[in-house]
Amino acid sequence: MLDLALVPRTERSRSAPIVVPLIAVVLTLICGTLLLSLIGKSPAAVVHSFFIQPLSSLNGIGEIILKAGPLILIAQGLAIGYRANVWNIGAEGQLIVGAIAGATLAIIFETSNSVFLLPAMMLAGAAAGAAWAGIAAFLRVRFSASEILTSFMLSSVALQLLYYLVTGPLRDPMGMNFPQSIVFGSAALFDVLIPGTRSNMSIFVGLAATVLAWFFMSRTIHGFRLVVGGMAPDAARYAGYSSARAIWLSLLIGGACAGLAGVGEVAGPLGMLQRNLSPGYGYAAIIVAFLGGLNPIGIVFAALLMALLYVGGDFAVVSAGVPNASATILQGMLLVFYLAASLLFTHRIVRKSVKVAA
Amino acid sequence: MTVPLQHPKHAALQNDGLLVLDGITKAYPSVVANDGVSVAFRKGHIHAILGENGAGKSTLMKIIFGVTQPDSGTMLWKGEAVAPRGPAHARALGIGMVFQHFSLFETMTVAENISFALPLPLKELSAKIRDLGERLDLVVDPGQPVHDLSVGERQRVEIIRCLLQDPELIIMDEPTAVLPPSGIPKLFQTLRKLADDGRAIVFISHKLQEIRELCHTATIMRAGRVVATVDPTVTPESELARLMVGSAIPAPKRDSHGFGTSPALKIESLDLPAPDPFAVALRDVSLEVFPGEIVGIAGVSGNGQSELVKVISGETRLGASGAGAVRLGGEAIGSLRAGGRRARGMAFVPEDRLGRGAVPSLSLADNALLTAPARSFAPKGLVSFSKVKDLASAIIAAYDVRCGGPDALARSLSGGNLQKFIVGRETALDPKLLIVAQPTWGVDVGATAAIRQKLIDLAKKGAAVLVVSDDLDELLEITDRIHVMFRGRLSDGHRAPFDRNAIGLAMTGFIAGEERATAHA
Amino acid sequence: MIDTLVFVIGGMLAAATSILFASLGETVSERAGVLNLSVEGMMATGAAAAFGIATLSGSHALGFIGGGLAAGLLSMVFAALVLVFYANQVAAGLAVGILGLGISAFIGKPFEGNTIEKIPKLDIPGLSDVVLVGPILFHHDVMVYLACAMIFIVAYVLKRTQLGRMIRAVGENPQAAASNGIPVRLVRCGAIGFGGFMAGIGGAYLSTAYTALWAEGLISGRGWIAVALVVFGSWLPFRVALGAYLFGGISLLELSLQSHGVKLPSQLLSASPYLVTILLLAFISRDQYRLRLSRPMALGQTYRNES
Repeated sequence: MLDLALVPRTERSRSAPIVVPLIAVVLTLICGTLLLSLIGKSPAAVVHSFFIQPLSSLNGIGEIILKAGPLILIAQGLAIGYRANVWNIGAEGQLIVGAIAGATLAIIFETSNSVFLLPAMMLAGAAAGAAWAGIAAFLRVRFSASEILTSFMLSSVALQLLYYLVTGPLRDPMGMNFPQSIVFGSAALFDVLIPGTRSNMSIFVGLAATVLAWFFMSRTIHGFRLVVGGMAPDAARYAGYSSARAIWLSLLIGGACAGLAGVGEVAGPLGMLQRNLSPGYGYAAIIVAFLGGLNPIGIVFAALLMALLYVGGDFAVVSAGVPNASATILQGMLLVFYLAASLLFTHRIVRKSVKVAA
Repeated sequence: MTVPLQHPKHAALQNDGLLVLDGITKAYPSVVANDGVSVAFRKGHIHAILGENGAGKSTLMKIIFGVTQPDSGTMLWKGEAVAPRGPAHARALGIGMVFQHFSLFETMTVAENISFALPLPLKELSAKIRDLGERLDLVVDPGQPVHDLSVGERQRVEIIRCLLQDPELIIMDEPTAVLPPSGIPKLFQTLRKLADDGRAIVFISHKLQEIRELCHTATIMRAGRVVATVDPTVTPESELARLMVGSAIPAPKRDSHGFGTSPALKIESLDLPAPDPFAVALRDVSLEVFPGEIVGIAGVSGNGQSELVKVISGETRLGASGAGAVRLGGEAIGSLRAGGRRARGMAFVPEDRLGRGAVPSLSLADNALLTAPARSFAPKGLVSFSKVKDLASAIIAAYDVRCGGPDALARSLSGGNLQKFIVGRETALDPKLLIVAQPTWGVDVGATAAIRQKLIDLAKKGAAVLVVSDDLDELLEITDRIHVMFRGRLSDGHRAPFDRNAIGLAMTGFIAGEERATAHA
Repeated sequence: MIDTLVFVIGGMLAAATSILFASLGETVSERAGVLNLSVEGMMATGAAAAFGIATLSGSHALGFIGGGLAAGLLSMVFAALVLVFYANQVAAGLAVGILGLGISAFIGKPFEGNTIEKIPKLDIPGLSDVVLVGPILFHHDVMVYLACAMIFIVAYVLKRTQLGRMIRAVGENPQAAASNGIPVRLVRCGAIGFGGFMAGIGGAYLSTAYTALWAEGLISGRGWIAVALVVFGSWLPFRVALGAYLFGGISLLELSLQSHGVKLPSQLLSASPYLVTILLLAFISRDQYRLRLSRPMALGQTYRNES
């Protein structure tokens, strides 16, 4: 009897980190196309608008870079926590609070031309994001409250805080009651990266975070301790690594990255504080972190793919008449298929002939 | 002298057994656990399966009980070919099993636990449990939650659960390993009664005396194969040992040496409430271990040993006010984390190797870094990977760890080799105090001897060694002094030459000279 | 004053119903050792499916069944991930949650912004007319009573039946359960499916009965609150239900505060359910010793059957 069987691996697989995301992408493509053709969209048109259109214009490429920036930045921060088994799922809220802090500086120093304004905004955003995530860390360390739930709840609170501020204290007094702040001065904005597009220099913040994350996780004892805590909490306790420290570190890093990404939005494409700060970057970054295998380099590729999905989704809505929700479904599918295919990290498929006892 | 009872192949052909296994083979990715195993079990017989750790006994039992399926081979049950698909199927056939690591649910009552085997209304079931308990002198309260029961009582529940299904063949997986010495005669009495009823009993063990006392037949396994089937009542113990190990077991070499005068470890009147509902509270525990001395802590498992070990290792920390209850070389360390204690000369080999003593999915090099002092292996926070790798290689060479080198994943090593690595890693720290919990659990004979010798050598060099073990014989062999833990209390020290009976009694709570004989286990 | 009391307490029962269904389902799933964080997405899918079916068929009953089944089906994706592919439960829950939100927006698209007739209130003859008690307790639609009944049913099944013992066994120690001959995956799969179905019913109640409208984002965090309530109720159906009703009360209190002209930023009121949940979670989690008595010991652990 010929049979396929799953056998646990005895050593790390070299090919799995490439093969697993590839399987996820291919399966998502197939299922996504099937789904959209079910509602009468031509598969060719859908594929064209999702994957060809964004890449065939400078504007499209600029948009991809623009969206990949925050995704890389947030996902690098989250991945560090996830490897330590600390589940920060409230990056969206940390992004919002970071944006608020950065915007507040830009509004206060409305007329400033100082070169220090933007760096100060970044600092303030990172600190605010970290502080917001720090609430979840405090609740976990002090009261053992699940950071999964509290970090999510804090996101909803942050959103209401934003709504309050843009309709009240931070609203543009001359803005005819629109829920948004004043338009920032140029000293509070990132420079454009590719002229003629909206992409800007903030992408380098994401790339710098990538290098730092890689260095931190694979070269320092602190990164090693986080990984041990995530893989085997009992071994971390045995070795004397502080779990409170791991929780604080994970959430503060994740929060700082998300807060910084928030500044990137208000000081980038938006140029002001407004109700719609982020098209769900904080949640999409969770997917990016996983799809990248929680690995700093993998995350860059995953973020580019996710950005393509965002931009392609916009094109598809306009030119192929695809529902808005398609991008969310595709994101969900991508993560579902990735997790399923992840079995190949720990198992391999072998073909074996089995003689079953009578 | 071997006394051949019957050739295994011959037994298989005879077909007079209740259960006849022929050519059972089961391979795992890294090891062939059973290699052409043939054996026949008969009604009314107590049949020992004898072998050291890793010989393939447990795999064979799992196959009989349907937990795993063999790659090849046949099973004849009352002359008919069967292939148990799972425990439920095996039970329906009439095969029962009493596990070594009990498969009971702590939060449920005795009757609720048994209801999975015998789905009856709880009232009816409780009556049956009481009834059977009285008949066989196995008394338990069906309404009591399992987490309140002692180990002995839990074993009774397992046996009752097994018997209520009226099995014709009962597998007992190392049933004496969890019992205090005084509980063993009663277990044997029960087993003999069951065999006299015409049931076949499979008794798995590596304790030769017990097998000679109890069993009618013994099948000896080594490295997955059957090496002999003998009559243990007439086969000398030394011969059984030789068959089991393949060579003589080396006894550790000891010579007498003096101890230091000020204690390396001193615990004074330590009281610690149970950290969670299923743990044991420590009550008024005092203990001293002097340099050069090996001190053992005996006891039936679950009497507070693991809680005590955690307080010493730093996995459980005391508040700043209680820090003085645990002292290392005179310094109060009770509130320090494990890292701080290591820096002051403590090292620790825990009983769980995978997941606590080592991270399964990391390499041996990374696992060497786990407890290595950061000051020299990660100066300024930057890990020196070459130094870590050298350390791992040195441990591997010095302790004869069989593995694929420092990059091998911890989980790819056998239990014995991983334990040698961990013992090597901890002794490489050159500790003033080494704590070792269950040094030879699941470790093969060769590694057992090597590990025991290392502990003795370390003490000879002047380290204080604290060994916690469920295996009393192990402690009798290598320690200078033995304390017994019972319900969170620690007895006074028994010194060599040891009185085995007195220690055995203390394990059930009986302390000589006191009217507190609460033989409970 | 009496009007306010009737409004708050009576309204509380209705406001709690949606979350109550979802948290009772999640309770069963977690008692079987499975932490399913996709409740939000499953509720959304149930809500959208129910709204669509009820609108097209004109039958609320069909809507509820369809909503429950749609979410139940989605929960099987989660079940496959954690039981067959050994995925981390947290990650799988997030994945399926996102998928569910996408699906709900997808199937709800044609109905975006539509309203639907509410299901009728059932008056119980004799009881509904009793002063105060009548309007508070006995003037509700059938689902409010059904949710109430589910508390007792779930509690009874978990505590008293063989099925309940199997669910608890699988949640405490799956390895031991397997050697006891309990089909671990089947039981867990069933518990996940029940959790999904109940989340779907909860979502359906929200869209076709409570608000009686469909809009993307309708669930707005209720699924997460449902998960938090399971911890708050320490995995015991009656306490979980108490939490859900308390929660319904708080959301009603906000409305009545607002209608009485209490001057507070509306955003603070909108944020208050989350703030309250965070505080309650911190309060209840601080006593780990007590929680550990009731927390399913294998909760969140991947079960592999390869020995």
